[in-house]
Amino acid sequence: MNHRFLIPLGVIALAILVAVVLVAPTSAAAQAQKAAATATKAAAPAKPLPRTPDGQPDLQGYWTNNSYTPLERPNDAKKDFYTLEELREVEKRRAAQEDEQTVPGTTADVHYDFTQFGLDRSQTRLTDNLRTSVIVDPPNGKLPPVTSEGQKRAADRAAERRKQGAQYDQVQNIPLGSRCVYQNAGPPMLPPGYNPAYQILQSKDTVIILIEMLHEVRVIPLDSRPHAPQGYRSWLGDSRGHWEGDTLVVETTNFSDKVGFRGASENMKVTERFTRVSDDAIRYEFTVNDPSTWEIPWKGEMPFVKINGPVFEHACHEGNYGVANTLKAVRIEEKKAADEAAKKGTK
Amino acid sequence: MRTRFISSMIVAVGLFLGVATAPAQTPAYRAPRTKDGKPNLNGVWQAVNEANWDIEAHSAAPGPFYQLGAAYSVAPGIGIVEGGPIPYKPEALQKKKQNFANRMTLDPEAKCYLPGVPRAMYMPYPFQIVQSTKQIMLVFEFAGALRTVYMADQTEAPADSWMGWSNGRWEGETLVIDSTGFNDLSWFDRAGNFHSDALHVVERITAIDADHLNYEATIEDPNVFTRPWKISFPLYRRIEKNAQILEYKCVEFSEDLIYGHLRKVPLK
Repeated sequence: MNHRFLIPLGVIALAILVAVVLVAPTSAAAQAQKAAATATKAAAPAKPLPRTPDGQPDLQGYWTNNSYTPLERPNDAKKDFYTLEELREVEKRRAAQEDEQTVPGTTADVHYDFTQFGLDRSQTRLTDNLRTSVIVDPPNGKLPPVTSEGQKRAADRAAERRKQGAQYDQVQNIPLGSRCVYQNAGPPMLPPGYNPAYQILQSKDTVIILIEMLHEVRVIPLDSRPHAPQGYRSWLGDSRGHWEGDTLVVETTNFSDKVGFRGASENMKVTERFTRVSDDAIRYEFTVNDPSTWEIPWKGEMPFVKINGPVFEHACHEGNYGVANTLKAVRIEEKKAADEAAKKGTK
Repeated sequence: MRTRFISSMIVAVGLFLGVATAPAQTPAYRAPRTKDGKPNLNGVWQAVNEANWDIEAHSAAPGPFYQLGAAYSVAPGIGIVEGGPIPYKPEALQKKKQNFANRMTLDPEAKCYLPGVPRAMYMPYPFQIVQSTKQIMLVFEFAGALRTVYMADQTEAPADSWMGWSNGRWEGETLVIDSTGFNDLSWFDRAGNFHSDALHVVERITAIDADHLNYEATIEDPNVFTRPWKISFPLYRRIEKNAQILEYKCVEFSEDLIYGHLRKVPLK
């Protein structure tokens, strides 16, 4: 995955140029861009879209949604879009924060060296998303109010977690991502932090989205079959796709209750829209609908931009020494503490 | 009535022979074509055999956990290896026996590790072939495994991996997949049959009618075997309406096996 920063400079330069043209840097232009974004749904782009032999818009290739753009708008961002200069400032600040985590003594939570393992975001191409949040609706860029049912569910889940004991009492209490079980695969597909590489492959009746993080594979049938029966539940849900003009629309249901995306219930429905807006970019829009959790549906939008392949096999669980080592260390610490206590007791 | 019965018997016997002898035959069947003119092997497929227990011929046997009784007992199978026992080097055969003896703690399948090749092809779960022009993907249920077969822009494996690095080509009706770049960690079955990182697998997949593929693979690994050897079996289309690849993420199911001894309160 470290080969990605070898993207030829010319491509990067071109990409920045395209991004600047695509995502306008002033707020008046931002409005225009919004209008343009709506317009491109209907109007064909200037350059003819690449198509598969079956005549479908060709979304195939390697893509990334790598960005520092948070899901919810930060309180200090008072507008929908940054200027490119402001975005660069934000990126610089966030990169410095990541970097800081690798320097012993600079932060309470010294992590392993992000840069050494290609884990910091600056090592993959950033999407140059000028939006100040992924959420575009509600217009304030924040999640909508949570229903009373949603609040009760969140409290119940927290109580259930507390019953399981402390974080390192057993592997099941360790966060899912560290256990290689699930990390932002979605839908909605949010940047996973590192390994933000995706591949799309199309046949006539199936779209595959390969997610490098934890080698997740989304298999999306296009043949208008019904969803799997409700008894089937899964982390990535049950997806069905269809083409609306040149936009791939994917509806996903049948989530497992374990996903709990931002507090959602298993009845969450996610609708994604993939539109190839240029050779270099896919516009990715999504709507999350779960009336038992949020008072209104909410929407997000972000670009996916081209990167070099391939998507590597991320055999995360197979190489997971971290979980065993962490648990071992905690057991050793516990034993040490117990021995100390026993010594004190006998004195 | 009687005539109909006899003729259906003839058809049944014919079908049986057809499937059983297909590996040796030149395929007479011509598969439908994709838009770009290639044999269309798209679909959800599954092996129907007992090779995941043991790719060699084996008898029914008790399972490793008495608590599961007959539910996890070994189903008998005639095997998928052609022409006699797997040609292990003597020291490798010893390792295979050790693997079997210690399968409770060593079997990569029990730990939800990626199944490797060719094992992914005959695990008792479906997989989907998804054909595009430059690449073909094989998507497996178990552990969310995936193989990308490069039909264009072919390179050598950039790194070793569980599922290997696959380059493919069409030879008439047959999809030929040449795979290298494997690590030495996956097994062929629950019986401890294994390989090294020198594993080289050449698979040939050919449609023999609308709903069956013939699968054969040549397995070469000079570190472990004295000569290349072959496996073969049919793949069956999952013909039920709306057959699809479901999510079989198994990491959670393996965690107490792998980390259970590190719990604060050990498992009983």
